[in-house]
Amino acid sequence: MSNGNNASATPILEIKDLVTEFATSRGSFRAVDGISLKLYRGKTLCVVGESGSGKSVTARSILQIVDAPGRIMQGQINFNAYRGSDRVVDLAKLDPRGKTIRDIRGRDIAMIFQEPMSSLSPVHTIGDQVGEVIRLHDKVSKKQAREQAVELLRKVEIKNPESAVDRYPFEFSGGMRQRAMIAMALACNPSILIADEPTTALDVTIQAEVLALIKSLQASSDMSVLFITHDMGVVAEIADEIAVMRYGKVVEQGDAFSLFGNPQHPYTQGLLKSVRELDQPSPRRIELRRRRPRGEACLVSEKVRKEFPIPGGLFGRGKSTLVAVDDASIELRAGENLGIVGESGSGKTTLGRCLQRIYSVSDGNIRYRDHDNKMIDLATLSDRELRQPWRDIRMVFQDPFASLNPRMTVGQIIAEPLVTERRLNAAAIDTRVAELLELVGLPASAASRYPHAFSGGQRQRISIARAIAPNPKIIIADEATSALDVSIRTQVLDLLLDLQERLDLSFILISHDISVIRYFCDRIAVMYRGRIVETGPTEEVCATPSHDYTRALLSAVPIPDPTRRGTVTRVRYTGEA
Amino acid sequence: MTTIADPRTIDMRTDAQASQWRLTWRAFRRHRLAVVSLVIVLLFYVVGAFAEFFAPFDPETTSSRHIYHPPQAIHFIDWQADGSWSIRPHVESMVVKRDPISLSATYEADPARKIYLSLFGQGQPYTMWGIFQADRHLLAAADPADRFYLLGTDRLGRDVLSRVIHGSRVSMSIGLLGVSISLVIGVLLGGISGYYGGFVDTAVQRVVELILSLPTIPIWLGLSAALPQEWSPLTRYFAITVILSLIGWTELARVVRGRFLSLRMEDFVIAARLDGGSQGRVIFRHMLPSMASHIIASVTLAIPAMIIAETALSFIGLGLTPPIISWGVLLKEAQNIRSIAQAPWLFAPGVAVCIAVLALNFLGDGLRDAADPYSNEKQ
Repeated sequence: MSNGNNASATPILEIKDLVTEFATSRGSFRAVDGISLKLYRGKTLCVVGESGSGKSVTARSILQIVDAPGRIMQGQINFNAYRGSDRVVDLAKLDPRGKTIRDIRGRDIAMIFQEPMSSLSPVHTIGDQVGEVIRLHDKVSKKQAREQAVELLRKVEIKNPESAVDRYPFEFSGGMRQRAMIAMALACNPSILIADEPTTALDVTIQAEVLALIKSLQASSDMSVLFITHDMGVVAEIADEIAVMRYGKVVEQGDAFSLFGNPQHPYTQGLLKSVRELDQPSPRRIELRRRRPRGEACLVSEKVRKEFPIPGGLFGRGKSTLVAVDDASIELRAGENLGIVGESGSGKTTLGRCLQRIYSVSDGNIRYRDHDNKMIDLATLSDRELRQPWRDIRMVFQDPFASLNPRMTVGQIIAEPLVTERRLNAAAIDTRVAELLELVGLPASAASRYPHAFSGGQRQRISIARAIAPNPKIIIADEATSALDVSIRTQVLDLLLDLQERLDLSFILISHDISVIRYFCDRIAVMYRGRIVETGPTEEVCATPSHDYTRALLSAVPIPDPTRRGTVTRVRYTGEA
Repeated sequence: MTTIADPRTIDMRTDAQASQWRLTWRAFRRHRLAVVSLVIVLLFYVVGAFAEFFAPFDPETTSSRHIYHPPQAIHFIDWQADGSWSIRPHVESMVVKRDPISLSATYEADPARKIYLSLFGQGQPYTMWGIFQADRHLLAAADPADRFYLLGTDRLGRDVLSRVIHGSRVSMSIGLLGVSISLVIGVLLGGISGYYGGFVDTAVQRVVELILSLPTIPIWLGLSAALPQEWSPLTRYFAITVILSLIGWTELARVVRGRFLSLRMEDFVIAARLDGGSQGRVIFRHMLPSMASHIIASVTLAIPAMIIAETALSFIGLGLTPPIISWGVLLKEAQNIRSIAQAPWLFAPGVAVCIAVLALNFLGDGLRDAADPYSNEKQ
């Protein structure tokens, strides 16, 4: 934004009618279908789209690194700043293994990827890897390369770059690794940086830092950035220009403010609507609570602690332990939605699994109100005694691909809890399965199909149908919407609210995404490093957070509105919980 | 791919209803070499099962007139003396010539006498599987008194082809039988080890490592030398199988344990537990089907190892012994210099071993690649 006015009129990179196809056994599949994009010097172009829209393939096509069966079929990719000159090179015409494209990769156009760990070599130090990039393109001595590497690490704000340069990637945290990747990408002062979902694998607080870093680097070196993401919040944060992709085509492009302010294409409108919906409490839930007040506590954890042994020693008898959850006390009331929010490694999934007693509990009680209205302690029960509680407390898993047995049909999967219950006969089970499919919005014909025939959102619906099959009272949904595209996220959350009304359910929703929690949950518990740092009604916590960590977390969440860019002051939290 | 689409529209592709086995089979069919190997392996087992029918002669019938008889080629076009011809498969008869000085015997073709062959013709009578009598052979001489040798004869004038065919029954089945015993031990111990983990796992793994660290050949030698000499050939056969599988189960146990360990924490297995399934149901209904294809692949790769082990043992003279016919026993006959110089066709069983082992290996590789039809989909 700082140099918006002096941008040259000719784009530095111009993609014209690009088509990239993947040859499959069922004919070729067009991942990129005739798209045209322009990237100007010193500007950020965001390519935004949901999974399968072809945005990553577009980015990879530019550097000719599309995976094996994929090929650029037609179109031009004109690069106007080859070696700093004005010579125009059509990247699409270059031999993918030729010298020209190899010189361009890393030197003129650099790329950073989603998963920094898999892009860094685990057996070389960070300094060696950054130095190698420098030495590949410039003739400098090893010593000079090392000095430049230290300089680069300083530039990407890694603390103590002199010692960090000799460390290995596994010694770095996820955010540090992504910084090191950016340092490698910047090694040769590229004129274009392609960032393919660089912050998707990172926690939201670290994402904010990495985005700020990319922005400041861009301003200082007049670099153009092609930013690929699915997250409209991130787009609003950094984009100058936006291209919205769907099914391999660009459906709409324009500058950030007009696109967010006045979207033209119905797809963009829908996308923004679902993003904005998620940014506030669901009106449906609020209305529902007015009609049906919350009941008394039905699942209570008291000072729950979970330790995992760290294996070691000759016969695997570990001495040390890892405390995943420490002193966690929460309370779920009948008919309410409780959200547990936290970053990766905060222990929220472990806590969810302890509540359901998938894991045994090291210390503390889990009190559950059973059918006779008696509070029983789940913490001490055996697997056999847990059968009935497991029918009442059900789980919806994060990964819709891993949680459904690929060897069973959808009908068999949903029927499984009914079959083991042995109360219904085969015909009654079939009727019930059809009824459950109807409840979650799938046709009855789905029962005879295998999970691989369904999309992610549909699989999550199947997972929900299985969860509600034995008429449960409580459902623990562990990141149930995280693997889904944003437009499907609201659909699934609305389905859960719908079921809450019909079946009188209570939910515990575990998520790293504060907007999902805000939409869906009445009360919220914030976890940090295994401890619950703050609990309270969602709106209260979001508006006036009392703990420093909650404040840092909330300030890091990108706001899907470019006009509010820079209005939130970022708070960093460094203290212990 | 479907984004804002109606959730009610579901994938109508043809493989939407395809089960895992159908998808595996589809992936397997793309592996040309493996499909060819499957045909060859099936052929070996069919021939082994119906050895009496496929073998032209009884493998024990000796013929003093045909010692070290060389192989005869089948001719299809039958030329008559007057120049006319007809299609009639036959072999040319051979007669012994004895060198007057060295007294060594050489066979020379006798164009005057032809032995005509017929498909499904009558030959020596046999008892199939000890159940019923028959005398039909796939290939028989038109005159039952005649003998022909497509792969030559050995030092007693026995037909090598018939012996190789009968040998395939024992050699191929010892692999199958041995592997099924190791499969039971391997799946049981590997499953217990992987499912329960902890101390049980440690104990089983140390036993596996102990067995793997033992040098196999001395162990085989020791165990088979310990078999009482007075045991009948059949008992000996089973004893050798048990010995082979007692060593061979370790690899399988490791494969099964590895799969159990990785599956145990899979979401769908946890879901099955939460669905109220008993331990047995979780293991047999949810976990084992996910492993079946992997197990089949490793079993296929374990069979050739068994076949080679049996051949090696019998070759040294400590495995099976005559009158049982196996490829190893037959190769023992080819142990001396004379057979290399005079009767190279005695190595035919060795060729059979090579083909069978290669085919089983390719088949196993193909199965392993096809075993997980979902592996590509996840990426």
